[in-house]
Amino acid sequence: MITTENLTKKFSATLAVDKLSLQVKEGEVFGFLGPNGAGKTTTVRMLAALIKPTSGKATVNGYVLGKQNQAIRQNVGILTENPGMYDNLSAEYNLQIYANLYGLKNPNGQVEKYLRMLGLWDRRNDVAGSFSKGMKQKLAIARAILHEPRILFLDEPTAALDPEAAHMVREFIEELRKEGRTIFLTTHNLDEADRLCDRIGVFKSHMLVVDSPGNLRTQLFGRKVVFHLRRVDPEIEMLVSSLPFVREAHIIDEKLLVNLDDPEKYNPDIIRTLVTAGADVQFVGELRRSLEDVYLELIKKA
Amino acid sequence: MKKIITIVKKEWAEVFKNRMVLFTVIFLPLLFAALPLILIFVTRSAGVADISTEMPAQFTMLCNPVLTAGECFQVYMAGQFMLLFLLEPLIIPVNIAAYSIVGEKTTRSLEPLLATPITTAELLGGKNLAAVIPAILATWAGFAIYCIGLLIIASPVVVNAILTPIWLTAILVVGPLMAVLSVNFSLMVSSRVNDPRAAEQISTIVILPVLILFIGQIAGFFIVNQRMIWLLALTTLALDVIMVYVAVQLFQRETILTRWK
Repeated sequence: MITTENLTKKFSATLAVDKLSLQVKEGEVFGFLGPNGAGKTTTVRMLAALIKPTSGKATVNGYVLGKQNQAIRQNVGILTENPGMYDNLSAEYNLQIYANLYGLKNPNGQVEKYLRMLGLWDRRNDVAGSFSKGMKQKLAIARAILHEPRILFLDEPTAALDPEAAHMVREFIEELRKEGRTIFLTTHNLDEADRLCDRIGVFKSHMLVVDSPGNLRTQLFGRKVVFHLRRVDPEIEMLVSSLPFVREAHIIDEKLLVNLDDPEKYNPDIIRTLVTAGADVQFVGELRRSLEDVYLELIKKA
Repeated sequence: MKKIITIVKKEWAEVFKNRMVLFTVIFLPLLFAALPLILIFVTRSAGVADISTEMPAQFTMLCNPVLTAGECFQVYMAGQFMLLFLLEPLIIPVNIAAYSIVGEKTTRSLEPLLATPITTAELLGGKNLAAVIPAILATWAGFAIYCIGLLIIASPVVVNAILTPIWLTAILVVGPLMAVLSVNFSLMVSSRVNDPRAAEQISTIVILPVLILFIGQIAGFFIVNQRMIWLLALTTLALDVIMVYVAVQLFQRETILTRWK
């Protein structure tokens, strides 16, 4: 659905995006993560045919960037960093403007559909300026999908929203995913990316890594299992460390922390060993690294 | 065309909620129509005996022999104010057009708008029409009020002497051309600045040439005649073509999106 090859953008002497190559598959939610000023918004603007790349190639929904920009604009939806609504106009009229600009056959029907879907129908006659941040964001999302694009660029969709509004927006993104739409999501909310994205790309002017959040965790940190024992002593630690499939074992905070490649396969063996050695196993769980740990590790290395 | 109409309607829905714009579109034509009417009404019985002492010599030569000295004075005074009807199409659209781009920049509504499949020509066409149409209609409405007032308060010979083909050409042809000039100049300024007030202030420069014409005539340096009006029409037309071209060239989507503050 989206392919870029050495996509580069320079603003005078500033290199905003450096040889970005990536592929986003159909129906995928792709998280585009990176620090402020990394070039995320510039990338989104390039892919939405708002600004021209300095060099490189890209296709969006099969259309070639730079040659078929009008077709790209017609076929993608974009939620910009700022809602940018016409504050003096009603919510309904705001959407009708865009419905007409996209040349929809049934503009009023589409406007009603999305105002109802996002819970704004009862406030349709109110001016957008009277809306809360969350409501404006919902209205901006409605505007982005009004023309039923197969590809959506969502730039910080939950930034500056209260938890309830952010939750609602995330649920809506889930709905869009279920409909099979391809979503290119830029966000600073790593928990959000972890929950919503099939794959993430960590970006800092050039792409550092692209993979699923789960794979990235494993690659960077391996998998760690925590054994809660009634009593932990150094002998138990040495015993577990000596097992051939254990990478390493440590006692931390009265718990035995074991690094393994395949916990599902080896956990039973470890438990058997511990029980045979007289340890009382109270609880076993996996120590999950957050996506934040992954992100910070990658950015630190960059 | 549908996209242009959408932009026009959107602009009107937005700008006509602005009291300053409404004031300019409604009050200015009324004021400019009322001023000469009041003057003609007041000077009906002024009793001007010797026109040569009251008016520039070049005007007295043009004065119709059937006019009395007082009527000639009325025609002279009315003629001074006719140029106001050329100032109107320059002044009225400034408020609308100057806010047009820079207003969208400040509210951040331009980016989603540019993300739609609208072309630059359609966008600027819509914004042009949204400012030009009210300016022309308001000017013509003001002029119509002026004409009706004239028919009521002035003698038929004075009316005939004032409503000459020169001025009808000026109001009906030069006026719209002036409006196009003003709008495109304002759009050009609006595309390059980041503050709506700065856009309005810079855009008002466009009224200066007609203001000079107005002051020049009042000062007696010249009397606007048919040749001058046609010359003005051709000059404005040429400037319109240049200004439309420059406005389109200066409307750089990428620059506007990436360099606004």
